[in-house]
Amino acid sequence: MSTATPTLTGAAVDLTDLTVRFQSKRSRTTAVTDVSLRVDPGEFVTIVGPSGCGKSTLLKIVAGLVAPTSGTVSLLGRPVRRPQQDIGFVFQRPALLEWRSVRRNILLQAEMRGLDRSVAARRADELIALTGLTGFEKALPHELSGGMQQRVALCRALLHQPPVLLMDEPFGALDALTREQLNTELNRIWRDTGTTVLLVTHSIAEAVFLGTRVEVMSPRPGRIVRTFPVDIPPERDYAQVMSDARFDRLATQIRRLLGAGANH
Amino acid sequence: MTHRAADQSAGLVTDDVPAAAPPTVDAAGGSPAGGNARPATRAGSRLLRLLEALWRPALLLAALFAGWWFAAEREYMPNYLLPTPGQVWATMTEDWSFLMRNTYVTLYETVIGFVLAALLGLGTAVLIVYSRTLEKAVYPIVLFAQVIPKIAIAPLLVAWFGVGLTPKVVLAVLIAFFPVVISGVAGLRSTDPELLDLSATMGAGPWKTFRKIRFPHALPHLMSGLKVAVTLAVVGAVVGEFVGAEEGLGYVLLVANGNLDAALLFADLFLMSLIGIVLFAVVEVAEALLIPWHASRRGGVPLATS
Ligand SMILES: Nc1ncnc2c1ncn2[C@@H]1O[C@H](COP(=O)(O)OP(=O)(O)O)[C@@H](O)[C@H]1O
Ligand SMILES: [Mg+2]
Repeated sequence: MSTATPTLTGAAVDLTDLTVRFQSKRSRTTAVTDVSLRVDPGEFVTIVGPSGCGKSTLLKIVAGLVAPTSGTVSLLGRPVRRPQQDIGFVFQRPALLEWRSVRRNILLQAEMRGLDRSVAARRADELIALTGLTGFEKALPHELSGGMQQRVALCRALLHQPPVLLMDEPFGALDALTREQLNTELNRIWRDTGTTVLLVTHSIAEAVFLGTRVEVMSPRPGRIVRTFPVDIPPERDYAQVMSDARFDRLATQIRRLLGAGANH
Repeated sequence: MTHRAADQSAGLVTDDVPAAAPPTVDAAGGSPAGGNARPATRAGSRLLRLLEALWRPALLLAALFAGWWFAAEREYMPNYLLPTPGQVWATMTEDWSFLMRNTYVTLYETVIGFVLAALLGLGTAVLIVYSRTLEKAVYPIVLFAQVIPKIAIAPLLVAWFGVGLTPKVVLAVLIAFFPVVISGVAGLRSTDPELLDLSATMGAGPWKTFRKIRFPHALPHLMSGLKVAVTLAVVGAVVGEFVGAEEGLGYVLLVANGNLDAALLFADLFLMSLIGIVLFAVVEVAEALLIPWHASRRGGVPLATS
């Protein structure tokens, strides 16, 4: 299950001098300023920053859902001008269709793209097994716990084998235990698929556990204040990483940088 | 990679599953999210719930009926104003075919009016939701059409379209249209913006997004609007008949009133209400079939308005 990357040498995601302003009737908000960020294929980059610093906006820009006020965006070597299809997107809320079973929610991705049905069905079954949803294929979203709903959203985002996976605080609404489980699973899925991941979070532990690199953002208007490479091998075990001295050092540095305002 | 995944996930499922949910919970029945689901058999609990929902209104109706019977039999009011249930029943049986013919006419006008109102209303809602320009142009007209007293324009409609089917259908449409538009707009706007974003990254066109995401999302709202609309459509048809008609329950009502035939008038009223109730029930059943997944429907009995 390796993903085809069109440009083997270029960046998966490339943001240069990005600034985004939102203009509403009453106010003008600068969400992010002067953000430059390059993500290479196969990397797992996490962005951590306080609420409202423009993390979601950044992901939407990469997906082509929001246009930057200035600066350039490219995905897989091509400039981003409209909503991009070479991505999978996972939001904080699962955003499932209430009337569809787990399996049919995952297959929405295939239906909307007009993918081959039997290939998609096989792929969906693989993902269901991969994320431990076996036995729940026919359940409706309201019959599932929050963690399982988010697994369904993850399967949906991976169905078409996207070269880039964007995740916006995907586990932010879950309890700590479920979150740790899903972090472990996501680490495994990332290693298995070779997908490039750009994940936004306000949890420092999550950012360090998952990332090959952590980008720290300032409060609004958001800018990237520092980059921390995570020199822990990609295959990570939760308990082990948590007690690792390198993890502690990194987490402490990031926490200092973010000040008292950030949680976790 | 799949076998490794299966090993790991075996441990996860136990932790992360809603306590009461068996692996294959079926949508209609005893889902743990249903709240007051009982460990009874499905048919049994359904009947029980139906009875529970119905005994209070049934008791009230029985009391009212008894009061009516008593007052009429004792002639606290003269029978040409308040007939006895027996007299109404007698009229009902004697004039059965006459009454049925006129019930059919009113039912026909109502159903056509309702279906047209539903289609036009939904179409208008789609225009309003999808186009800012059209929203600005169409909303004031819709509102204007709603605030005009329909009874006041009924004579005009009869003058334009004659005493046939058309003015009744037009009135039914005019009166039933508004709740469909309002509920349709609210429903179509209720779609999760994240789902729309997602749909854009899936490369889906507007029609596919409408069909698979927006329209199903709008259904719960829309069905509420349709329930209001169907009862209003009856009013529209009857008002149309009041103003100019040669048949229909509204026409019969005027005739009965003119002849001081209270028994016929009551029989007629009873049939009018019946049309409304039956059509309402039909929409309720349609709702139960269309959106069994919605929170308002889980574990519900189709005929209970809950
Ligand atoms: N569509 C929008 N219109 C106006 N302001 C917006 C919009 N989207 C985001 N913002 C503003 O931009 C800032 C950053 O938002 P967001 O990217 O959601 O932050 P984060 O995800 O880090 O919490 C916030 O102040 C927010 O109010
Ligand atoms: Mg956000």
